[in-house]
Amino acid sequence: MKRVMGAALCALLAGGVAFTANAETKLTIATVNNGDMIRMQKLTDDFTSQNPDISLEWVTLEENTLRQRVTTDIATKGGQYDIMTIGTYEVPIWAEKGWLAPLDNLGTDYDVDDLMPAIRAAVSKDDALYAAPFYGESSMMMYRKDLFEKAGIEVNGRLTWDQTLDIAKKLHDPDNGVYGICLRGKAGWGENMALISTMGNAYGARWFDEEWNPTFDGPEWKAALDMYTNILGNYGPPGATSNGFNENLSLFNSGKCGMWIDATVAASFVTNPKESKVADQVAFTEAPCAVTCTGANWLWAWNLGIPMGSQNVEAAQKFIAWATSKEYLELVASKEGWANVPPGTRISLYENPKYLEAAPFADETLLAIDSADPINSTLKPKPYVGVQFAAIPEFQGIGTTVGQQFSAALAGQSTVEEALSAAQASTDRTMRKAGYY
Amino acid sequence: MEKKQTPLGYISFSAFAWVVGLLIFFPIFWMVLTSFKSELEAVSIPPSFISFDWTLENYVEVQERSNYFKFAMNSVILAVGSTLVGLVFAVTCAWAMAFNPTKRTKDALLWMLSTKMMPPVGVLVPIYLMFRDWGLLDTRFGLIMVLFLMNLPIMVWMLYTYFKEIPTDILEAARMDGATLPKEIIFVLLPMALPGIASTMLLNVILAWNEAFWTLNLTTSDAAPLTAFIASYSSPEGLFWAKLSAASTLAVAPILVIGWFSQKQLVRGLTFGAVK
Repeated sequence: MKRVMGAALCALLAGGVAFTANAETKLTIATVNNGDMIRMQKLTDDFTSQNPDISLEWVTLEENTLRQRVTTDIATKGGQYDIMTIGTYEVPIWAEKGWLAPLDNLGTDYDVDDLMPAIRAAVSKDDALYAAPFYGESSMMMYRKDLFEKAGIEVNGRLTWDQTLDIAKKLHDPDNGVYGICLRGKAGWGENMALISTMGNAYGARWFDEEWNPTFDGPEWKAALDMYTNILGNYGPPGATSNGFNENLSLFNSGKCGMWIDATVAASFVTNPKESKVADQVAFTEAPCAVTCTGANWLWAWNLGIPMGSQNVEAAQKFIAWATSKEYLELVASKEGWANVPPGTRISLYENPKYLEAAPFADETLLAIDSADPINSTLKPKPYVGVQFAAIPEFQGIGTTVGQQFSAALAGQSTVEEALSAAQASTDRTMRKAGYY
Repeated sequence: MEKKQTPLGYISFSAFAWVVGLLIFFPIFWMVLTSFKSELEAVSIPPSFISFDWTLENYVEVQERSNYFKFAMNSVILAVGSTLVGLVFAVTCAWAMAFNPTKRTKDALLWMLSTKMMPPVGVLVPIYLMFRDWGLLDTRFGLIMVLFLMNLPIMVWMLYTYFKEIPTDILEAARMDGATLPKEIIFVLLPMALPGIASTMLLNVILAWNEAFWTLNLTTSDAAPLTAFIASYSSPEGLFWAKLSAASTLAVAPILVIGWFSQKQLVRGLTFGAVK
């Protein structure tokens, strides 16, 4: 018996040694469950056939779980992932902390100058890329052409929030299941605060002044929040405080929203007849301005970055170069059509007639992304980077707390003044504790 | 004297029980129903109840995208493994507390329970660092240890309650007949407390199966159980309810079947000693 066991152990050990000798580089990739990411996952045979010595292990997670998971891992140098999907909020903070490996070996074919300047700036530090953008987005207005025509409304040039309010009043017909406007109401720094921050920018507000003091006690935020609670509270769908991107998407696609201001990436969903009942009735225009258009539309990108703890930086750079290249866009187009290529990262895509033909929203998307500048996104000077967020580690907590206070104002649980006062006090406390002043 | 129940009372109680039962079951029923809808139908308002185009496309996509059996196998290993390891510690611990109590037994029991009151995220970083240094990240062994420690207070409490119902005289009689301590526990105590042990094990399996904090934070791929499988189908942008429902149905199916077949044992164990 002992001999049999000994033989089995030897066989196991020998197998292990043989396996190690033939081991390939395994890249573990953490990603978010978006349509474009899932498509990439399905197309990775193209990459592995070009790189037979590299295998890929995908870890797909819901956005909040992913953020918590990768932040824990990178902060503790856990080394569980070789590639992480991260947003434009994380890239500057993590690059500053030295948690991300610079992408300095993406290959000679990787046309880095083809990346959109706004997106490139958002993922760079000292002109070096610390993540490569996989897809980018800004925000814009999607509206129902048929309802606008019926109400005799014409869109000439960029709308203001006051004009948007007037249009919402005209379109609002809840008895027939149509609400004037759909906007994000769910509390969270990436939910309602993404939109409200751009509204604040449009009204001349900013998160912090040059000394890092919060500015919710100023008239700009008051004007922005008055408009938000008025337009969404009176001319939006019931229960708007629980609506995020997906909830508004389903409302718009079922024909219940006259207007919807949200991510440009929504354009491909609302014009897809398989998903939308109003696919042929949608038109697009830029997000509304108020006292300024600066920062009136946000900028976001999902990017692929390599944590410093990775043992496979070279292979990881190979994969990132493949996934964010111009050739990858052509690969997606050949398999899934041009309308399904990941948008918002490369200039050449918006010069491609095939894409422009397949994506009727391409011009507005490009206009929105080009006009968003994470550094100059407010009327008055500011000390932080980011249009709809401030790229500092404390912002996630601050943004979510303020989002809850503003959501309470929308629900009528507090007044606008009370919400702003609470936001000022809580943000001031956090900034003081963090040692900003 | 026992009070006879009137037919009206019987019908009222039955109706109430059915309403409560249906309320509890409805979300699961709705989830299963949604898993057979298209994404557009899943979010349509008003929602369609039965009259929609039934489709299996969500299950097909879930199968294509994920290796369900790998996740399910990890769930089984983690749930059963943590339960068996926990049982060894919980039985001995509960035996000591039930049959050889000291002045501090009650305090110790309360202290054990109090550890459940701390939010797990409070110890995430220290445990993550320990796992990193000991090479336990993304390993089944590491997760079994965490799950067993997490559920140990509940197991000890449950077993302690059951053991307290067992007359000490029987154990003493076994000792008089020359039974050693292991024999006393294995051949006398355990058979008598079997319903309680079975329900403790079942409850622990369910708790470990459903645990979604540590299993998500300490795994990546090799040890990831069905909670990670479900988490991969929620999306921040785009419609996902139907696919998420299909993934959730697949994830809860095994534990639902186990729970269904063992409900008699579970109820018997949970009400053990409730009526004397």
